[in-house]
Amino acid sequence: METLTQEKLAEKFQAKIDADIKIEPNDWMPDTYRKSLIRQISQHAHSEIVGMLPEGNWITRAPSLRRKAVLLAKVQDEAGHGLYLYSATETLGVSREETIDDLHSGKVKYSSIFNYPTLSWADMGAIGWLVDGAAIMNQVALCRTSYGPYARAMVKICKEESFHQRQGYEIMSTLMNGTEAQREMAQDAMNRFWWPSLMMFGPSDAESKHTEQSMRWRIKRHTNDELRQSFVDASVPQAELIGLKIPDPNLVWNEARGHYDFGAIDWEEFWQVVGGNGPCNKERIEARVKAKEEGEWVREAAMAYAKKHKS
Amino acid sequence: MSTNEWPLWEVFIRSKQGLNHKHVGSLRAPDAEMALQNARDVYTRRSEGISIWVVQSALITASDPADSEAYFEPSDSKVYRHPTFYDLPDGIEHM
Repeated sequence: METLTQEKLAEKFQAKIDADIKIEPNDWMPDTYRKSLIRQISQHAHSEIVGMLPEGNWITRAPSLRRKAVLLAKVQDEAGHGLYLYSATETLGVSREETIDDLHSGKVKYSSIFNYPTLSWADMGAIGWLVDGAAIMNQVALCRTSYGPYARAMVKICKEESFHQRQGYEIMSTLMNGTEAQREMAQDAMNRFWWPSLMMFGPSDAESKHTEQSMRWRIKRHTNDELRQSFVDASVPQAELIGLKIPDPNLVWNEARGHYDFGAIDWEEFWQVVGGNGPCNKERIEARVKAKEEGEWVREAAMAYAKKHKS
Repeated sequence: MSTNEWPLWEVFIRSKQGLNHKHVGSLRAPDAEMALQNARDVYTRRSEGISIWVVQSALITASDPADSEAYFEPSDSKVYRHPTFYDLPDGIEHM
């Protein structure tokens, strides 16, 4: 086999990407592509795992057995999604422990939406409908991402998540058909989760430092602003149908663009929350570190048991 | 990194009788029994399967993607291995 120069390898790599040929774990890839994927996929994995916390908060207080069973299934799915994504991260040559330690040390982030508290039952509706809705918008696009293991994980996750959004919308719709107090509770959840949901798509294209390169590598297939617009366009009629108001005085249908125009996002708030100063950042990481530390002896015991029974 | 990290397992699932087991992903588990149980919880929450295989990833021998062009070239160049290579006289519709 002739040895190819780095330059040749990089050329062949980009040609594969341009031809929409998926990259698989042992294929040659530029170091920067690998690093970019590790960052994005592990961030995604952490979001699934940390995302279990705000909803776990309401499992014991779900208003009926049906809602409780549904919420449990949803949270269990999120654990599964985190695992698919940690496995995908590992195919890039980083250990799972290292990946998790990077979350705990704050080196790698997770979706800033999970740093907001879940104050009422209606928040379970808002999260399912808006937060999972935004996540699905992003994840459907990622089903065609250039890295094989990531794309396959996304396909599986998208299949499973469609019920997540529906159950959330069902909660909101039920509340909106309820008493005045229930309608207020739903609207309050909407008011608190709308803007953070829009922030989930990340900084605007002009500000996003990763978008351009990620698009060239086809890790991302749509820009943050494109996905955010699709989300607004999809969500507004859904809100209107059940009588929820979008908390944005500047929201208006733009006939010429064929899209909704919407108000300016408070990026200062976004960067504050990303930077660790959201309402629940500290609590979330503490919960994850506690889970790891307190589970240590269980993992060790299981390993010791396995070794003993091997010999 | 602790030396106690659970080994990695590859998971294969038969979705229904009559089909092959197919690779669906991987997971970490201390032993085969727990790998099976975890595989059930992680990969078959929606009736995806009726049978699971787990294999320790370290036990798999794989071909090298860097060699794949040369390695699989012989099967590309022998077009006469495919039925479309052969001319049939008019009048034969199915063969």
